[in-house]
This record gives sequence, structure tokens and C-alpha cells, in this order.
Amino acid sequence: MSKPKFAMYWAASCGGCEIAVLNIHEKILDVDAAFEVVFWPVAMDAKYKDVEAMQDGEITLCLFNGGMRNDENEHIAKLLRRKSKIMVAFGSCACEGCIPGLANFRPIKELVDTAFSTISTDNPENIRPQTSYSMPEGAITIPTLNPMLKTLDQVVDVDYYMPGCPPESHQIAAVVDLVIAALNGKAELPPKGATIGAGNSTVCDECQRKRNVKLIKEFGRIQFTEADPELCLLEQGIPCNGIATRSGCNARCPSVGAQCIGCYGPAEGVVDYGARLIAGFASVIDSDDPVEIDKILDGLVDPAGQFYRFNLAGSLLRASKSAQKG
Amino acid sequence: MDKKEKIGVYVCHCGTNIAGVVNVGEVSTWAAENLKNDGVVIARDYKFMCSSLGQELIQKDIKEQGLTRVVVAACSPHLHEATFRNACKGGGLNPYLCELVSIREQDSWVHTDKIAATEKAKAILSGGVSRVIHHEPLEPLHVPIHPATLVVGGGIAGIQAALEIANAGFPVYLVEREPSIGGHMAQFDKTFPTLDCSACILTPKMVDAGNHPNITLLTYSEVEKVDGYVGNFVATIRKRARSVNEADCTGCGICWEKCPKKVVDNVFEAGMGYRKAVYVSFPQAVPKYPVIDRENCTYYIKGTCKACEKFCPTNAINFAQEDEILNVQVGNIILATGYDLFDSRRITQYGYGRLANVFTSLEFERMSNAAGPTGGNIVLRDGKTVPKVVGIVHCVGSRDKNYNEYCSAICCMQSLKFAHLVEERTGAEVYNFYIDIRTPGKGYEEFYHRLLEEGTHFIRGKVAEISDAARLPAEEGKLIMQVEDTLTANQLRVPVDMVILSAGLEPRHDAKEVANRFGISCSADGWLIERHPKLDPVATVTEGIYIAGCVQGPKDIPNSVAQGAAAAARILGKIQQKEVALEPIRATIHEEQCSGCRICNNMCPFNAILFHEDKMVSEVNPALCQGCGTCVAACPAGAISGTGFSNEQILSQINGLLLLNIPKKEVVA
Amino acid sequence: MTDTPETKPFEPTIIGFTCNWCSYRAADMAGTARMKYAPNVRLIRLMCSGRLDPTFVLKAFAGGADAVLISGCHPGDCHYINQNYKALRRFLLMKRVLAQMGIQPERLKLLWASAAEGAIFTREINEFVEQVRALGPLNWNTTAIEVHAEKEEVPA
Repeated sequence: MSKPKFAMYWAASCGGCEIAVLNIHEKILDVDAAFEVVFWPVAMDAKYKDVEAMQDGEITLCLFNGGMRNDENEHIAKLLRRKSKIMVAFGSCACEGCIPGLANFRPIKELVDTAFSTISTDNPENIRPQTSYSMPEGAITIPTLNPMLKTLDQVVDVDYYMPGCPPESHQIAAVVDLVIAALNGKAELPPKGATIGAGNSTVCDECQRKRNVKLIKEFGRIQFTEADPELCLLEQGIPCNGIATRSGCNARCPSVGAQCIGCYGPAEGVVDYGARLIAGFASVIDSDDPVEIDKILDGLVDPAGQFYRFNLAGSLLRASKSAQKG
Repeated sequence: MDKKEKIGVYVCHCGTNIAGVVNVGEVSTWAAENLKNDGVVIARDYKFMCSSLGQELIQKDIKEQGLTRVVVAACSPHLHEATFRNACKGGGLNPYLCELVSIREQDSWVHTDKIAATEKAKAILSGGVSRVIHHEPLEPLHVPIHPATLVVGGGIAGIQAALEIANAGFPVYLVEREPSIGGHMAQFDKTFPTLDCSACILTPKMVDAGNHPNITLLTYSEVEKVDGYVGNFVATIRKRARSVNEADCTGCGICWEKCPKKVVDNVFEAGMGYRKAVYVSFPQAVPKYPVIDRENCTYYIKGTCKACEKFCPTNAINFAQEDEILNVQVGNIILATGYDLFDSRRITQYGYGRLANVFTSLEFERMSNAAGPTGGNIVLRDGKTVPKVVGIVHCVGSRDKNYNEYCSAICCMQSLKFAHLVEERTGAEVYNFYIDIRTPGKGYEEFYHRLLEEGTHFIRGKVAEISDAARLPAEEGKLIMQVEDTLTANQLRVPVDMVILSAGLEPRHDAKEVANRFGISCSADGWLIERHPKLDPVATVTEGIYIAGCVQGPKDIPNSVAQGAAAAARILGKIQQKEVALEPIRATIHEEQCSGCRICNNMCPFNAILFHEDKMVSEVNPALCQGCGTCVAACPAGAISGTGFSNEQILSQINGLLLLNIPKKEVVA
Repeated sequence: MTDTPETKPFEPTIIGFTCNWCSYRAADMAGTARMKYAPNVRLIRLMCSGRLDPTFVLKAFAGGADAVLISGCHPGDCHYINQNYKALRRFLLMKRVLAQMGIQPERLKLLWASAAEGAIFTREINEFVEQVRALGPLNWNTTAIEVHAEKEEVPA
């Protein structure tokens, strides 16, 4: 009997997810032992047509990372969805848009202008990439950009979500173990739609810092603050997203003195991650006076960026008004 | 939704109240067609859904059609939510699986455009249907009631309440800040409109309260903290040191007779008289035990004297006595902490504090009291001159945007009483300066007429100024009251010998702190807020906490007594039931999802959220939780859910209101 | 914009969150007194303005509302002591986030109205509807993403 097939793909992402997979060390050998890797453009040569030639559902496990930035991303997402039994939105980009999703704050034109006409770009004729171009040898095409970046599940049906930027290697290893055990009938897969490789609570659950009732008069930026190494960062006015961010990373950032920036996304059952932070941060403000509250809020220099750094494309609003206009 | 709900929709005509503006037939037909996907299996409209026939319609459908949810589009839930919940219950459906949406108060009654109103009714109904899918069957919470009651404040309202409960056979702790119970009523001489002697009707009640086997009297004491919830409060009470052993004291009075230190009595005598450093507030004080005022006692100041100790026949004086802290367990609490008098100094143009013969109402009460500093003689500040002309100013500090906008309710009648007493005892000519005369009470208007017949002058006008600067020979040595008589449009200067300022009532200076301590709220004026201004005047938003008397707003003695008795009756009802049913709208923290971040810990003003240091999770005490949902909205982990108003319910209702649940082809772009 | 017989004037859709104890009762009172206001606001009853989860506001905008009204008891008058202040803090932060998202802060209104203030409630709603009408439709366009996706699904 042939081994179950494994695929991994990157759409709009940075490649960190692939590194995180390789970072599971010798566990990668278990992957190789348990699966036949049929498609993994970063790690091996493969052609789209090979995938297209497969039977529907032939791939057992597909780890899909990256957001839907262009029509090629969507095309491959739909293709892999058809060919895969288990489709995992792997990493923050696929789950919720992540850093590439921040482009949803601005119109697509600005995005292209920034890439092709800022001062550091040598482009005297101000040329823009064309989606198709006729040459003597024939027409060539490049993918069309979507006006807004989408998450994977805004384009195809997703079986599981694995958050993180990138997912922690120990969590990847655990998921690999689970899937292998499930294939051997020794474990059961979680219900469809579940988040895997993470906790259900938030980062504070794993954070070792001491915490009290939080009442603050000022938000400060971490680089200008001499933070108490033992005490909850938010209590010290540092806007730490740990209160609202899904657990699973062992509070990696707060444990080394950096604020959580939210890469694990919302906790279980949360509809909008940013809304949880709006509520959470508003709740620690120690004032009833609108003028003073506004003054305290001035300490949060970029609230939308703070709250939606990873989650904009996956949020209720998805994109700013100007991005929607294209 | 695992299984599809079967929803019945009922659109009420309310006669023509709704049907006159909203096309109810169209709404119900629309619901039957368009809300099918949400599970609507039946949609009816009916003349009066709240009638027994309307309710039977619902019950019949529940039984015959197997409805699992009911949505009624009719009037405000504040009117008929209970009606339709009960109807569902009668039909065998959990009452909380019913949703009443308002298409009357929020639609037909406020809109005139029939098409727009009908469209809005559809949206409101759609919101209700989307919401009801996520309703859960709920049961009221049952909490046992401790039979004891704490009454805070020993004025007439508190005494009445304490006696009612004690007479019914249940224990009461009556806590009073001053050394004696009695409150303001004990300071008065006569009560309007009957002019019966205040002490004669009050002291028997005070004695009853003092002797009652079911009443524990804690005077010279204050409640410092309240924990717990309805049925099971624990109050921390500081019993301040009297420096007198109550067990030994007989109240013989030798100590205050022998005490060499005279102190101006600013409380009971309103500054008009003196007491000693060891004193009882007044001769009929209950309890009879005196208090040593440590701030003024020579022994506490200089370390010597001890006259009281030397002469005390029972060795009851105890200079080393310390404050006692008591924890008492009670099921219900009544706050009857009364009022403060408006400080007339704030109206500088009336000269109180500057012009000797301007008196406040409380000063006059003491002066006219036979047991008071002048022995009941109405005289000027010199203590002997009987006034020939007296001016009484109504509404001092009341009905005035500069001070208090509200009417203090008692000042008109009080002023009429003063006028009568002045005339009766001195034969002086009396002028009443009023804005309006308000006599809304039994026998009050008759009393006003009696005063009119007695020849008291009534001048309708707000006194502008009271001064001693004479312009005419006749004004020499007099107080001149400058006023416009608004009935004749004449400017008047009325020279008088004595002025009485009928000062208004104000919330106690510490009313806000007290409200916070007991978990209830004050209005912007500072009076404690009742649960409903008409239908629930003595209950508060916090279950188990009641208010009575002037703490709720200015009122006279009969009304204070009525409220005291009413609060007692409410509590007795609760005690008799042995347990109380609470609306099951409560927050719950899901422990496995709680990260222990403590964001919610400062969200609850009722102290219902507890942080467990050991498990590093927070927990909501359901009996303390009042169901506001603030913590639910605050939880950054989404670990708190709120029954009755869950995220799913509200988000679905938004969907429904925006008609996002309607199949796409129906929405014409 | 030209007003042809076909083009109706823009009627904004507004979602309003009310407190069970004050503003919802103010709305009831406006009804009982037969005061009239524009039919553009659809109300949701919460137990307290403190229950207002920012998610609700985002959901309303994303779902096509042109504006959102949040109403609660006057400062100092909260039925639950002081929860309306917590709503105030969220409201002020929410406005900043919405502005960054390109939603004019004027589309989110906070209104304090006691149970007795049916007239104020009525007046404020009418003013708000006019204000939003002047701002024009918001047309939050998350559905554009799906439309685009459907187009892509057509086999080439």
C-alpha cells in the first residue's frame, strides 16, 4: 500500500512557515516516513500540472500557508482543496491574512506605487507590471492582484486552522504526531473547523508574569519604558496583545520582555480579534473623564495597526474603506 | 444550530395601535415566506395577542405544531414580556424561548409613513427571529433568604421598618450613626398638619425599638462594608467606643450633670444650645446610655478630670474602651439614612450666619420645642426679645437652578406650621414669601386655609435680599426683606424682626459613598434611585437592598413611615418565601478558556468577580452578578458568556435587523 | 447627483444599541407619548451600555449599517452603578479604530438618555439620521470579495 500523500504550498507569505516545519528537526523524518511528499514548491521541484493530474482527494494532508493576494493564489488554493482530504490553513497568513493582509489598509494602487515608484526604485519610465503582454514569441501573463487580500477560508473550505507566525515548531511536531496516529487509527482527528496546534485560552494563560487588577493612566511604548521584568506588561502600560491572543506559544514574547503582538490570532470562539483588544484595552483605562480618557488613548499611536496587525483580512471589516474602493 | 428550530411568529394588531400604521398582514405573510430558512413554520397576525385568546393561539400552536421557539411582534417587552413568557410556559415551552419584539412603541406609534413603518416592522421581526434561534431554556436562580434584616438609619423611616419586621417575629439590626435613634423627627416640636407633638408620637416608637427582643440596636455605629448578595449579606459594622460600659450604665444622668465641659450642640440643637462632653442627645434618647465626645472631653485633651468616672455610681465609665467591629449576617438591607439640611450660608444674600436674627428652619424647630434651648419661647438671638414681625422664606435652596432644582416637598407645610406657631406663641405678624404653595397631602390644603384665616400674610415672590441696611426710619433696627410681589408687580421692602429660612432637603453629604458601599446608585441630585419610580419605589436595582424615607428623595413624615413599612413588607414577603427567584441573566466565566488576565476584575461594581490565585482564573458569583454584561463585553479571551444576551443572540439579531438572513435573491439591489 | 423620479433620496440604515433601563425606556416613552422620529433606526436591547461589545458595532458596519447608535444612562446615573463609563472608554477607542478603517467617527454616536427623556431621544435620533444622510451611504463592501471570488471560479 502506498503512503498517504502530503502537500505544502505557499501563497502570499514569507516562507517562515516552511522554515518552521523544517525546524521540527528529526521529526521531519517521521513526516517523510509516514507520507509521500507530492507537492512542496519550496522544498522540491513540482509542477502545477502534476497536481492537476491527480484524483480528487488524492492528497491526504495539505498544509497551506499564505493569504490570497492574487488569482494564482486562489487558483492553487481551489486546486489543492479539490485534491486534498485534509486542508489545513497553516500559519497566520492563511488563517487571518497576517502581515501581507495589512495591505488592506490602503488602496491597491498605493501598494503598487509603493513597490514601483518610491525613491529607492529605479524605474524612470514609471512602468507598471501588466497582467498580460504580447511578445513576438506569444502572450505572457502574470497573476492579477486582488483588490484586497483574502484569507484561505474566504476562498475555499478549510478543515483545520493552525495559527502562528509562524506556528511554533513544538506545536507542528505535535500535530504531525497526531495526524500520523490518526492515520494509523490510534487517535481521532478533532472536529472539522477546529483550531489545532494551539490552546483555547490566551497568552496570559501561559505567561509567568505576576498580575494584578489592571488600572492604568498611561500607555507607553516598550522601547521607551523600563519595564519591571516580573510584572504583567499591560499593567505597566505597555500595550501587550497577550490578553486577547490565542495561547500555544508558551508566551514566547512576554517571557523575554517583549509585548505580545498577536500572531496566534483570536482565542476560541472569538468573532473579531481587534474587538477583543478594543474592549480589553479600554477596560484598563483608569478614568471616567472623556478628556482624560482621550489623553490616555493618545498613548496608543496606531490602534488599528496594533489590534489588526495579523488579523485585518480575517476581521469583520476585512479592509479599510479606501482599500475597498480599489 | 444542530437541529432546525420550529419557530412560530405572531404579529399583533393591538387594535389599531399597530395595525393603523403597520400592515400587519403583510408582515406576517412576509415572515412566513422569507424567514423559512431561519425555521419559521407558522406566522399569524391577530387583533390582540395579549388577550387570553391570543395567548391560547400560541399555546395551541406549541402543542399542535411542536413549536420550539416563539416570536411575538407587539408592544414593549417592559409591558408584556412576562405575559408571553407565561403563555409559552402554559403551552409547555420554556418561557425563555420566547422573544417579544416591539413594533408598537418603536414603530407604529413613532412613525407616520406606513410603508416605511411596515418595512421596519419586518426588519425588527427578522431580528427577533434570528435572535430567538440562539435562545436557551433557562430556569430562575433560587437563593435562600437569611431571616435577619439590617436597617441602616434610625430615623422614623428606619424605626418603622425595624418595628414592622421585628413585630412579625424576625430579627433586625438597627444601625444609627448618632448616639440615639430618632432622627430629625426627634428635633421637631409639632408636626403638620395636625400639630400633634412630635415627641409624643415618636418616643413610644423609639422605646419600642429599643426594648424589642427582635431588634439589636447599634447606635453610634456605622456600616463600613457589605459583602454577599440577596439572602446572604455580611455587613461589617463599626460600633464606635462610647467610653461607657452599656452593661453597667443605668442612664441616671449624674455623669453629664457633673461634667464640667460645655460644648455647642451642632447636631441635635442645631447650634442653638449646649450639651456636655459626656451626653445623651436628648432626654428621651434611646438607648439611654451617654457617649463621651472624645474630641471635647477634658480627659482626652489634657489627661486629667475624670469627673464623670468619679461620680458614676456604677463604675460604667470606661476611658479605654475601643471601637468594636461586628460582622452580621442578614438576608435583606433597608437604607433609611435620611437627608442633610441645605446649608443656608450658600445663599449669601439671605445673610444667614451674618445677620443674627436670620434663623434656619431647624433652628426654629429647636426654638419652638418646649424641651429646646429657649424652652419653647420664640425669641430673637439675644434670647429674650419677642419678635413683632416675622418673615418666612420658602424654597430656600430648592426649586432654584443655582442650588437644587427639585422641590423639597416639605417646606411649604413646614413654613405654614412655623407661621402658625409664631402667631400662636407671640402674636407677631407673619409674612410668608412663597413661589407656589404646594399642599398635596391629606389635610394639608385645609391647614393652608386655616392659616389664611388666621391672618398670615402671603406674598408671592422670591426674596431677593435680606439686609439690615435701613433706608427709612421705620426700617431702623429691622431686617429688611426685598421682594417683588409677583401678583401685584410691586417691589416691596418688608421690615421684620426675625427671618426664618425654610431650607430645603439635600442628600446626605456621603450619599454617593453609601450608595457605592451598598452597590446601588444615586441620581444626579444624589438621592438614591429606586428600581421603578412608580411601580417599585422602595426596591433598588440590587436585589435585597431597599430604600425608605428621605434617602430616596424629599418627603414628609407620613410618606417616610409608609416607605419604611412598605420596605418591611417587601422584605417580610421575601423572608416568608424562604428563598428568592432571580432572573437568570448572569455572566459565566468558562474556566478552561479563562487566561487569568484579570481584565474583568475591575469591571464589576457588585464584586461578583472573584480571582482565584491558586488556579489563576476568575469566577463569577451568580448570586452577586446583576447581569449587566459588562464583563462579557470586556473579556479579551471571549471566555465570559452571558445568558439571555449572548454574543450569538446579539450578533444574529444584528444580522436579522439588517436582513442579511433573507435569501439573497429576495434582496433587490 | 441629479434627482430623477427614479432615484429615491438616500435612507440610511442605523443600528441602535439601547440600555434596558434608560434609553430603551426612553424609546418606549417616545412611543407612549406618540412622538415622531425617522424610521431609520433599528434598536437592539441590551441590559446595559456596558454590555456593548465592540464586535457588535463592527458587525453592524460590516453588515451594511450606515451608522451605529450607542445609548446608555447619563454619567452617574447608571443602573449598574458606573458601567456606562466603561462603555464610554470603549466608545472613544472604537472611534479611533473606525477612523483608521475609513469609517467617519460621526457614524458612531454615543447618546446618554434617561428613561424620562423620550423627547431628547426623539430629537437626537432625528438629528443623527440627518447627519448620516448628509454623510451618504457607507456601503461597506466585504461582499465584493465574494463577488470577485465567484468570478474567479468560472473555468477559464
